[in-house]
Amino acid sequence: MKHLQIALWGVLPYLVLVLFVAGSAWRYRYDRFGLTTRSTQLHESRLLGVGGPVFHFGLLFVVAGHVVGMLVPESVTNALRLPESVYRENALVAGGAAGLAAVAGLGILLWRRLRVPAVRRTTSRGDRLLYPVLATVLLAGLWTTLAGAATGSYDYRLGVSVWFRSLFVLDPDVPAMAHAPFAFQFHTALGMLLFALWPFSRLVHAFAAPLGYLVRPYIVYRSRGASAGVGAGRGVAR
Amino acid sequence: MRVMAQIAMVMNLDKCIGCHTCSVTCKQTWTNRAGTEYVWFNNVETRPGQGYPRGYEDQDRWKGGWRLAHGRLVPRAGGRVRRLARLFANPELPLLDDYYQPWTYDYDNLTTAPLGDDVPTAPPRSLVDGRPMAVTWGPNWDDDLGGGPGHLAGDPVLRKIGDDVRLQYEQSFMFYLPRICEHCLNPSCVAACPSGALYKRVEDGIVLVDQDRCRGWRMCVTGCPYKKVYFNHQTGKAEKCTMCYPRVEAGEPTVCSETCVGRLRYLGVMLYDADRVGEAASVPREEDLYPAQLGCFLDPGDPAVASAAEASGIPHDWVEAARRSPVYSLISRYRVALPLHPEYRTMPMVWYVPPLSPIVDALAETGHDGEEVGNLFGAIESLRIPLGYLAGLFTAGDIAPVEAALRRLAAMRAHMRRLNLGEDADPAIAARVDMEPAQIERMYRLLALAKYDERYVIPTAYAAGAGAGDAVAGCGLDAPGGPGMLETGAGVAAFHAPPGTAADDRLRGRINLLNWDGKGLPAGLFPPRAEGGR
Ligand code: SF4
Ligand code: SF4
Repeated sequence: MKHLQIALWGVLPYLVLVLFVAGSAWRYRYDRFGLTTRSTQLHESRLLGVGGPVFHFGLLFVVAGHVVGMLVPESVTNALRLPESVYRENALVAGGAAGLAAVAGLGILLWRRLRVPAVRRTTSRGDRLLYPVLATVLLAGLWTTLAGAATGSYDYRLGVSVWFRSLFVLDPDVPAMAHAPFAFQFHTALGMLLFALWPFSRLVHAFAAPLGYLVRPYIVYRSRGASAGVGAGRGVAR
Repeated sequence: MRVMAQIAMVMNLDKCIGCHTCSVTCKQTWTNRAGTEYVWFNNVETRPGQGYPRGYEDQDRWKGGWRLAHGRLVPRAGGRVRRLARLFANPELPLLDDYYQPWTYDYDNLTTAPLGDDVPTAPPRSLVDGRPMAVTWGPNWDDDLGGGPGHLAGDPVLRKIGDDVRLQYEQSFMFYLPRICEHCLNPSCVAACPSGALYKRVEDGIVLVDQDRCRGWRMCVTGCPYKKVYFNHQTGKAEKCTMCYPRVEAGEPTVCSETCVGRLRYLGVMLYDADRVGEAASVPREEDLYPAQLGCFLDPGDPAVASAAEASGIPHDWVEAARRSPVYSLISRYRVALPLHPEYRTMPMVWYVPPLSPIVDALAETGHDGEEVGNLFGAIESLRIPLGYLAGLFTAGDIAPVEAALRRLAAMRAHMRRLNLGEDADPAIAARVDMEPAQIERMYRLLALAKYDERYVIPTAYAAGAGAGDAVAGCGLDAPGGPGMLETGAGVAAFHAPPGTAADDRLRGRINLLNWDGKGLPAGLFPPRAEGGR
């Protein structure tokens, strides 16, 4: 049992990290053409118009919540004199709402993918692996939030978060994770699977977030020489 | 003055017979792939009519192009923040149903159907999901006004002139409008792209999509008011008309121009002052946009312009080509070509000579001499509805420039008829449209005789910042997924290549009938006889 725990929470995270970084670099180097949202809006727009924004904005809030919950230690909020109960209530309301939105949005999108034949046809093998994982991770995460709030017995900021931060100082605190309730372990393990799949699935389009748009001039000029130079002559323009 | 060069096109609508050859050759070259079944970089629509995609000119609905907000240009679909907020579902995206659901036929059924009393048919199958489908709309469904006046209700330009004219209109006037990407001076597709994947080329003004940078946000489709950027639903990338840049770089005309049976397309260089574009695109009155755009163009014959051009890095042979540019003649010298929908404020660079023939025909039907100059001028004045419609297409509703262009075309007809009938030229005809007889004859040569090397004056490509060896690396069509990857894609290069060049080896010993002179029996005309055959 002990070895399994070490493998899961001490070794696996680093393997996943290597896969995630190397895979993304590989994808960016060799498959820039494949970096796309693979939008199916052309086939169906009504359901996507609801599901797309609800899912994505929900997910963005979920990610923000994870960043705060994982990276900000309890000592910091204590120092800011933020009572633990207030923090928890906020996390429950905001996190729960964001999680529910992401799950509901994903539900709409998956229903659409199954029921609209043109959309269904675009589903790749990678998608068929990814969607169940993504749905399970989301549901498990929602469960930890809601169940954790209902029982109030486990403070993940003293367990999971400590383990998460310990990974970055290359001194994984395996016991912190090994003593977490099963729901948290399940959610975390599947989350690692998600990161492992990331570079090789459609999730990679998250890297394409076009924030540069906010600061660039509207009209882009490029020289013919420059365009031929992209990726050693791989700049196909149509 | 910042001089830039643009490869521009003019189409003489008088000569378009609506044969769709341009569309088909373009499709065979560029969009005969999975994911682009519904895509026509070049399409020919009957006007009045809805166009492709249906009703694309209705910018209240599709939000293409620019609008003025407190004197500043903003994309009609919204600025940067609003675009990013709509990233996950674009509310102004035309769907496949607005273009059409592409289909094929189940030809297999013709040979495999069991023996029966009925002749077997080839039922339609969707090219998107493979299922049986009913064909209810296509890329040119209302071709030749097919489908009756009912469809005309969907024409946004006609809607603007008013309901009462619709029926009368249909009886008196119809013409074809071939459309490609306008390679705008102020392209709103480029402005709408969050990834910066679309760009305007510095050297020749061609607007392209960098396939390696496009992330499939589909904002460009909304941004273009002409709906000339398309979303490839297989690769998840935007694609658009490339002005056949690999050909143009080699000094060859685009495929649509080369194959046009009416020989009505003109290609050439326009020099313009890039510093004036922003100001010209933001004049408050829409009717002023056409003259404002004219004001951006520079006279290549002016020595000051020529030296400024060379100072801006434009090579000498481009300035030389600009001087001989047929496009410049039709747009600026003769003023017979007009832009399509200048009110979108994108400063389009494919211009059109408005059609005079329908007016001549209408005149002839009434028993009048359709080529007598007085009759023609009278008809141009009295046929207000067609004029209003043309103005709705080409000058944001201002009738005067359309009328002036048509009068020049009419004067050309009348003048040349006298010459052809052996009568003396009547300088009064030319004078009525402020031209010289010699000028009219030059215009006639360009528009009516339309010699190949006068229609296309295309200088070969250069690399900006001369000496950049990279540019020789070519057009990059051979990248994975690019058309160059397909074996048949070699046709792009071979299209105009003389026999015996490298492109020939894909013939594998057969003869290319396209450049066979018809004499004798060259080797490879027939397959080799089988050993021991008859
Ligand atoms: S016509 Fe061409 S250049 Fe102009 S906005 Fe549309 S796609 Fe862009
Ligand atoms: S090939 Fe020429 S004549 Fe035929 S439809 Fe196209 S533009 Fe018109």
